[in-house]
Amino acid sequence: MTTRLFGEPVARKEDRRFLTGRGRYAADFEPKAAHAAFVRSDFAHARIRGIETAAAQALPNVLGVFTFRDLEGGFADRLPVLVPSEALLAPRTQYALAKDEVCYVGEVIAMVVARDRYLAEDALERIVVEYDPLPAAVDLEGAVASDAPLAHLDMTDNIAGRLSEETGDVETALAAAPHVFEWRFQMERSASMPLETRGVVARYDEREDRLLLHDSTQAPTGVRFGLAMLFGMDPDRVHVVAPDVGGGFGVKVIQFYPEEVLVPWAARRLGVPVKWIEDRREHFIGSNQERGQIHRVRVGVERDGRILALDDRFLHDTGAYCSYGLILPIITAAQLPGPYKLENYRYELRSIFTNTVPTSPYRGAGRPHAAFVMERVIEHVSHELEIDSLEVRRRNFVGPDEFPYHVGVTFQDGGPTIYDSGNYAAGLGALLAKLDLQRTRDEISAARASGRTVGLGFGAYVEGTGIGPYEGASVSINPDGVVSVATAHGSQGQAHETVFAQIAADELGVPLERVTVTTGDTRRLGFGVGTFASRTAVVGGNAVLSASREVKRQAAGVAARILEVAPDDVVFEDGAVHVAGAPGRSIPLGRLAMASNPTRYAFGKDAEEGARLSQLAYESGDRPLPEGTKPGLVAVEYYSPTSGVFGFGFHAAVVEVDPETGEVRVLRYVVHHDCGRIINPMVVEGQIHGGVAQGIGGALYERIAYSEDGQLLNASFMDFLMVTAAEMPHIEEVHTETPSPNNPLGIKGVGEAGTIPVSAAIANALEDALGVPVDRMPLTPEDVVDLLSSRED
Amino acid sequence: MDIDVSVNGRRSAASVEPRMTLADFLRDELGLTGTHLGCEHGVCGACTVLMDGRSVRSCLLFAVQADGHEVTTVEGLAASDDEILHPLQQAFHERHGLQCGFCTPGFLLSAVELLDTNPDPTEGEVRSWLSGNLCRCTGYQNIVEAVLLAAERMRGVAG
Repeated sequence: MTTRLFGEPVARKEDRRFLTGRGRYAADFEPKAAHAAFVRSDFAHARIRGIETAAAQALPNVLGVFTFRDLEGGFADRLPVLVPSEALLAPRTQYALAKDEVCYVGEVIAMVVARDRYLAEDALERIVVEYDPLPAAVDLEGAVASDAPLAHLDMTDNIAGRLSEETGDVETALAAAPHVFEWRFQMERSASMPLETRGVVARYDEREDRLLLHDSTQAPTGVRFGLAMLFGMDPDRVHVVAPDVGGGFGVKVIQFYPEEVLVPWAARRLGVPVKWIEDRREHFIGSNQERGQIHRVRVGVERDGRILALDDRFLHDTGAYCSYGLILPIITAAQLPGPYKLENYRYELRSIFTNTVPTSPYRGAGRPHAAFVMERVIEHVSHELEIDSLEVRRRNFVGPDEFPYHVGVTFQDGGPTIYDSGNYAAGLGALLAKLDLQRTRDEISAARASGRTVGLGFGAYVEGTGIGPYEGASVSINPDGVVSVATAHGSQGQAHETVFAQIAADELGVPLERVTVTTGDTRRLGFGVGTFASRTAVVGGNAVLSASREVKRQAAGVAARILEVAPDDVVFEDGAVHVAGAPGRSIPLGRLAMASNPTRYAFGKDAEEGARLSQLAYESGDRPLPEGTKPGLVAVEYYSPTSGVFGFGFHAAVVEVDPETGEVRVLRYVVHHDCGRIINPMVVEGQIHGGVAQGIGGALYERIAYSEDGQLLNASFMDFLMVTAAEMPHIEEVHTETPSPNNPLGIKGVGEAGTIPVSAAIANALEDALGVPVDRMPLTPEDVVDLLSSRED
Repeated sequence: MDIDVSVNGRRSAASVEPRMTLADFLRDELGLTGTHLGCEHGVCGACTVLMDGRSVRSCLLFAVQADGHEVTTVEGLAASDDEILHPLQQAFHERHGLQCGFCTPGFLLSAVELLDTNPDPTEGEVRSWLSGNLCRCTGYQNIVEAVLLAAERMRGVAG
């Protein structure tokens, strides 16, 4: 009997190569390729007067130096807007190489290709760019002032787009509310900061007219189609492989970053393989960031703490360009209500250009801001009305019998935001049990009595996951009985090879080690969307299920012919197809795969089955491939969800502040999480751990700091502080499983969940510890000392 | 410049540019791409290798500085051509101490040095020791647990 693998904490199939140094990341391909390096803008905003490249070009071993003037056709157009919308008033994206204006420090101006990276960087030093510096818009609120410097010369203000939406009647509800409050909340910039930087390695074979790209991207399929269009090539001749990718967290999702276009362009133009591996400084100034938002919220509240109306006007910092349109602030707006019923809710978002690195989703993608605002509102209401904040939460929850629940505003995919399932009161209850609320409160009281500055805070969230448009899977049974799964999803560490194998193995009755999974290789599956937005398990996983079922149907048909039973009478177990209730009557999957392909191609006894079936068919006047069948056991199926599915959870943090230094220690961190049915609890816990670490980093350490003139002040790991093992608390977890009714596996995504409510929980804990409101994140030790002194004032 | 380095027990004689880093030498000249470059300024620890048993940042050393020394990279940890994993590798696998795998070689080699010098570390000592290596995926929890598990097993073997 094959053990069911779904739900089991099976160890990962992909581990061994990583543990033995045999993973293959972009930098590991084409060791002898020429290297590209880039001249990047020194100014946040400037006109380019001239670029002097002759001295670089004259160096030996320099194969080419390129500026905008060298680009032709589509390569000289602006890079695409990936998420267009009518509300996007100024869809500005950058050129692959700056044309005549640069709009952030780090914007690519010129490319060098040389024999190796050392020589390429030598050449960079010989390139002289003459700039006319221009005033820069850097501060988010400053950029909307009437006298603000303009981020783009051809615009009259800095507004990239604006959108508003309302459900219910906010003004009427506010007018009738017993209490109306107004608060301001701010989240500052951070960045995904994967340990592997970006990298692109291109080889163009002129005789075959074939382009092969190894790209540390989260979305190889989009890169493939985009490049095929740009080059005017048949997509079948363009292959994009996302090999092992050393972390993504959003920054490697499809952008058409300039380098992704320029490196293959240079490889074709120069006729040599070209490689570019981003260095860390380039990553800080040349790869996208996220998080900067400022919210002004008006809230009308009933005397019992129920929120009657919420009106949120907020600014979103889109940086210098907006390839992702308004998607980030739209996600914030759609997910701001979280687990609470806001019958009267209105938002007005404005996305603002600044002369800083462009923004696009970073793990959480607009949701940490949403949770921060909503959870701070809950705490403020609790303080104003003197009602326990947990009670305020409970009084505002969407009830367990109210699903599917219509939030009333538009979701990021353009459809309505509808929560598919949930049980928020039960989730909070599970968290409090794990926390041991009363004991924790007693311990905090005792700590305070001994003079320590300690506090407890909570955060809640609902996360839309598993968005469309679609994802696919190819599942086949090989002649050796191995089940081969391919998906277009690249992996950046999320255990796709294991969880997809679990799904296929269960469906086809084979052990895990008899399933292989190929990820992110357009040579295996050309259609797909990508790994982002906590969507892979949901959309890709259900596609794997669907393709596995189709292969199973095919295999049952072949087995039925051989065993002379009805297809419904066979079961799949232990790598073979058995006649139900007839022990001994079975065929191994590998032999079935051969039988399904009645031609002369294979070695060994099993191979004769196909020929025998073929002869039998002719003898009985039939054809070797009966009507409706295909050779081989192979299926490609797609899953396209109608909308997202909504996970949820609650976090609790206990923090201690050192009043002298402002240092914050997280003493305890407790997580409740619900992502529907769990495929692999070990993997889910790993995702939560990593998400929480990024959340704690985002709350206490990680801030992208710009000077007033747009210079990035902390563009190194010495100055941009990420959490280490020494700062991280031991995370305590409890899970509930509220299945999604919207997909066959009943699952929801988990990738971003850990990060979303952390800033909220830490802020609330700090407020509890310090006794002053914490309405801004992150909080560095200096900020904490400032808050403490504001209390003493 | 001519150098003679022992890498994972195998001697390599080569002629290298003085400015070539040890990391680039290992990766590009010897093809040992298990050593990863995360920051190239000595903070992230992904490029950690052992030189004469002590952990070093191979991005901050020049290849010529390894002349005459013994270097161990992640490729040299498992026995019998990767058939038998080092107890740390095995524990990382069992405890899900890795996700994307990019920082993993550096953590493994730092942990080898830790357990060489302190076979019975506390959780706090493991966290403190590993604070010189950055991981963006795991939140460190399972890495710490894996190191403690490996330490326990290695003490058992030694005793």
